[in-house]
Amino acid sequence: MNKKTAWEKVEIARSPKRKTALDYIEKIFDEFIELHGDRNCKDDKAIVCGLAKIGNQNFTVIAEQKGRTTKENIERNFGMPNPESYRKAIRFMKQADKFNRPVITFIDTKGAYPGIEAEEKGQGEAIASSMLEMSKLKVPVIAIVIGEGSSGGALAIGIGNRVLMLENAIYSILSPEGYASILWKDSSRAKEAAEKMRLTAQDLYDLKVIDKIIKEPSGDEEESFFKVSNSLKREIKAIILEFKGWNKEDICENRYQKFRNIGEYKKLEESL
Amino acid sequence: MIVDKMKKRAPTAKIIKNNVDIPIGKWVKCAKCNEIIYKEILRENFNICPSCGAYFRMHINKRLETVIDEGTYEKFDLGIDTVNPLNLEGYEEKIKALRNKTGIQEAVSSGRGKINGEDVIICVMDSGFLMGSMGSVVGEKIAYSMEKAIELNLPFIIFCTSGGARMQEGIISLMQMAKTTAAVSKMNDAGILYISVLTDPTYGGVTASFATIADIVLAEPGAMIGFAGQRVISQTIGESLPEGFQTAEFLLEHGFVDKIVERKELKDTLSKLIKYHKNN
Repeated sequence: MNKKTAWEKVEIARSPKRKTALDYIEKIFDEFIELHGDRNCKDDKAIVCGLAKIGNQNFTVIAEQKGRTTKENIERNFGMPNPESYRKAIRFMKQADKFNRPVITFIDTKGAYPGIEAEEKGQGEAIASSMLEMSKLKVPVIAIVIGEGSSGGALAIGIGNRVLMLENAIYSILSPEGYASILWKDSSRAKEAAEKMRLTAQDLYDLKVIDKIIKEPSGDEEESFFKVSNSLKREIKAIILEFKGWNKEDICENRYQKFRNIGEYKKLEESL
Repeated sequence: MIVDKMKKRAPTAKIIKNNVDIPIGKWVKCAKCNEIIYKEILRENFNICPSCGAYFRMHINKRLETVIDEGTYEKFDLGIDTVNPLNLEGYEEKIKALRNKTGIQEAVSSGRGKINGEDVIICVMDSGFLMGSMGSVVGEKIAYSMEKAIELNLPFIIFCTSGGARMQEGIISLMQMAKTTAAVSKMNDAGILYISVLTDPTYGGVTASFATIADIVLAEPGAMIGFAGQRVISQTIGESLPEGFQTAEFLLEHGFVDKIVERKELKDTLSKLIKYHKNN
């Protein structure tokens, strides 16, 4: 077994060659139709939304999308969503509820975009509202971390009944660079930060933040991609089956309890 | 003579520069107008500079004193304590030292009290405690308090001040955003009034979770509020930031704050707003 260091995983997760959300979407679903716009002012392209099918089962898909070429990356703001992206996501969450469609999200971002306009348009409020909307959904939600899951920009679409994560993906409070910069005032210590932060799939599984690690077989890239996509498809089907027959309130409560229970603290002795 | 005194007091003023309301010496310097102020006068004046009107940051106890009716605050005791999930060197020591320095256990205090006779559940954050950052204990206390508001059918008020999610607790801190936001959703379902008061500074994971999605969002004048920090933004875009960027006034202008309220008016404004939500 080849054990990769956390930093090696950071590099894999960020690699421009790594498969993006749309690659997985095309492979996993039998059909997909992208739909656009936040109905307010923009179609921000860092998040892709649409409808998809596996057999007769319909899904709402919300995905953070990095570009696969430089040109596409510029269009998609390198996968860093602006508030309009989250508001587009919220629009599709509401429809998912209305039409009783399970929601599948794909997480892959360095973080929400830090810009002047993003602040003017309420980046913080947009992320919070996206999480709030997700918390309310009465349909099963599956969140999948496929690459970089960094900060609130990732969590914004991460409130799932089940959270899956690819073996070489990362999920963290901040980029290792940002973390080192804040904690040690030295962003060049990113490597060291990565090892400390517990950002690998195994770490997150141990911390009970994610529910399942999706293995990424080493070797031929296309073959690995094929296998990962198949595993994801299988998982999605199994989870949907699991929630069949659940009443809507219970599905929502299941998600609430999942996040309600995340926290690391110790109980004090009574004698206090 | 006065000048001499000011010079002598220079080291104290430096310590106070982080604006934490703790008694170090008897004098503090206003970071905005550089006026040296007698601490007692500052306290009596709601921690507002009597010379230029600048707001000093507030200790939890001082905030509670200015908002909650005397003798009515009952602190919730959850019996939980901070741990070190990343095994970071020095984290436990830092917490211990902060407890000694500030006299508070964590970056938020939560409890039940009255505002001009109105029963509320209230949380107050403190930027003097690890920048008011939200780790597991802070997230748990806030979520617990929101659930308590639902259980007791009382309005929920929170005074926010935070740098965001607590770095030292890593991803678990990030998840507190999800936890607290989900609890807001429960309050919405239950018809609980939620008022958030943004005070200086409110950033990151707190701005991007419970702080900005209240029924009513108030802010103190001049408070700095944003998602991304200013240094990160200016580095990313390679430009300097416009005047007044990320102030409470900026947020009001862009539609993310309902009202800016002077510190001295906050208590009356809160009780007034609570009354608008009664007898319906």
